[in-house]
Amino acid sequence: MKREIISLQEVTFTYAEEDTGVRPAIQNVSYTINDGEWVAIVGHNGSGKSTLARLMNGLLFPQTGTVRVFGEPLNEQNLWDTRSKMGMVFQNPDNQFVGATVQDDVAFALENNGIPFEEMVERVQASLVKVKMSDFMNSEPHHLSGGQKQRVAIAGAIALQPKILLLDEATSMLDPQGREEVLQTVHQLRKETDLTVISITHDLEEALLADRVIVMNQGKKYAAGSPQEIFERGQELIDLGLDLPFAMNMSRLLRAQGVQIGADHMSEEELVNDLWTSHFNK
Amino acid sequence: MLEKMIFGRYIPGDSFIHRLDARAKLIFVFLFIMVVFIANNWITYGILLVFTFLIIRLSKIRLYFLINGLKPVVFLIIFTFLLHLIFTREGSIIFEWKFIKIYEEGLKQGIFISIRFTVLVVLTSILTLTTTPISITDALETLLNPLKKWKLPVHELALMMSISLRFIPTLMDETDKIMKAQMARGSDMTTGSMKERMNAIVPLLIPLFVSAFKRAEDLATAMEVRGYKGGEGRTRYRKLEWATRDTLIILSLVVLAAILVYFRK
Repeated sequence: MKREIISLQEVTFTYAEEDTGVRPAIQNVSYTINDGEWVAIVGHNGSGKSTLARLMNGLLFPQTGTVRVFGEPLNEQNLWDTRSKMGMVFQNPDNQFVGATVQDDVAFALENNGIPFEEMVERVQASLVKVKMSDFMNSEPHHLSGGQKQRVAIAGAIALQPKILLLDEATSMLDPQGREEVLQTVHQLRKETDLTVISITHDLEEALLADRVIVMNQGKKYAAGSPQEIFERGQELIDLGLDLPFAMNMSRLLRAQGVQIGADHMSEEELVNDLWTSHFNK
Repeated sequence: MLEKMIFGRYIPGDSFIHRLDARAKLIFVFLFIMVVFIANNWITYGILLVFTFLIIRLSKIRLYFLINGLKPVVFLIIFTFLLHLIFTREGSIIFEWKFIKIYEEGLKQGIFISIRFTVLVVLTSILTLTTTPISITDALETLLNPLKKWKLPVHELALMMSISLRFIPTLMDETDKIMKAQMARGSDMTTGSMKERMNAIVPLLIPLFVSAFKRAEDLATAMEVRGYKGGEGRTRYRKLEWATRDTLIILSLVVLAAILVYFRK
C-alpha cells in the first residue's frame, strides 16, 4: 500500500518578501511523495528545485501552502525530530564535511542527536560498510576523492537510520566515475532498506533511475510522471534547458539524419542493440 | 604547499608518548614550563637537558623533525643569547675587544637562557608532533570544561578550532588553485618591489575570502540539517582515556622538580 511520506500543497515561497516585482522562487507547487519511492526533481538552474529541497526539511518555510512530512505539517516544534529522520546530501563534497576524519564526520549527526557512545561506534562502522568506505575510517577529507567524500556524506546521513534520503545535486560536482559510485551506492541502499530517495538534479541520466520524475520550470511544476512519460516529451525538455540522456539524444539525431530506427531508447544498451540488429541502408 | 607547514604536523607513531592521553601531554607541557624556571646552575640545566633527551627518545621522533621545528625560533635564541652576553656586567672579564667586554656571568646566563628556550621549544614540538590536532582540541575542551561556569563557550570554541583545522588543507588547495589561475592571467607574485608584490596578493586574497564565506555558509546549512543545535544534549564520539602511564608522566615531572630543587644553588 502506498503511504504518503512528504506532501506539498499549493506551496508558494519567495526570497524577497517585500519586493512584489520579483517572481517567487516557488509558485503554487503541489505534489506527494510516497513511502519507499525514488523521486527525481529535475529542472534548469533557477527553476526552484533547490528551494524545494530546503522547504522539505525546514531550512525554509513557505509563505503560503503547507509542507507535510510524515503526515504532519512541518513547524518549529517538530523540525529537529523531522530532520533526524531525513538525511540530506549537498552539492559540494568539501563544504559538508564537518569532522576531521571520515569516522568523525559520520558520527557528527549521531553526536548531535545524543546517541550513546557504544551504539555510535556500531552505527558508524555499519554505515561505512554500507557505502564501502570502511577502509578509510581514519582518512582525512583532503585525501579522498569527490565521490568518496559524497559516499561519506551518505554514510553520515544514513547513520541516523532515516526514512528519507534527500540528494540536493549530490552528483553535480563529481567526475563521471564519482557520479557512478554515488548512484551505485544509493541504488544498493534502496535494495537493502525501504529508504525513500528524493534526488534533486539537472542530470537526466540520474533521473532515469527514479520511479517518478517531477519537472520544475520557473518555480512551477511543469510535469510529473514516470521517466518514460517525461522523456517522450523530447523537444519540450530541451526547450526548458534540460539535456536529454545521451542515448535518447543520439537516437533523435540519428532519426533526424534519416536513419530508420525506433524511438524511445532509454539506455545506451537499448540503442546499441537496436542499431546492430537493424537493417537500415543509410 | 602543505608539506612546508610545520604547525600541527602530526607524525603517526606508536611510541609511549604517542599513546599518552592528550590531556596528560597538555598538563605536562604546561607544568614543565614552570619547572624549567627552577633550574639556575650548571647541574640543574644539565639535568633538564638529560630529561628532555629522555623524552625525545621515548617519543621516537627523528631529530630531523625537531631541528626543523626549532628553525623558526633559532633567530630568537641567538638574539637573547647575544643580549645576555653583551649586557650582563658581572664576574670577571673573559674577552675584550675595543668597546665590547664579555663577562663570565654574561656567557653563563646566555647559555642558560638558550638551553631553557631550546628545551621548551623541543618539548612543545614533541606535543604537536605526537598528538593529532583533533585530540589536542578534545583535550582542551575537557580541560577547560570547568570554565563553563563562568560562561566561557568552551564547546563552541573547541568546535571552531576543529573546523578551522579541518579546513586548513582545503583552503591551502584553494589558494594554490587561485594562485595558478592568476599566474596564468599574467599576475607576477614572485618578483618586483615589496609594494608590487603586496599588490599582487590582493587578487589572491579576495577570491579566497569570497569562497571561504561561501564555504562557511554551506557548512552551516549542512550542520543544521544534520541536527547541530549547540553543545547541549550532545554525546561524544571521541573518548579520552586516562591510563596509568598518564599519571606516571605527570609524576615524573614532580620527581624532576624535586631533584632540581635539591641541586639548585
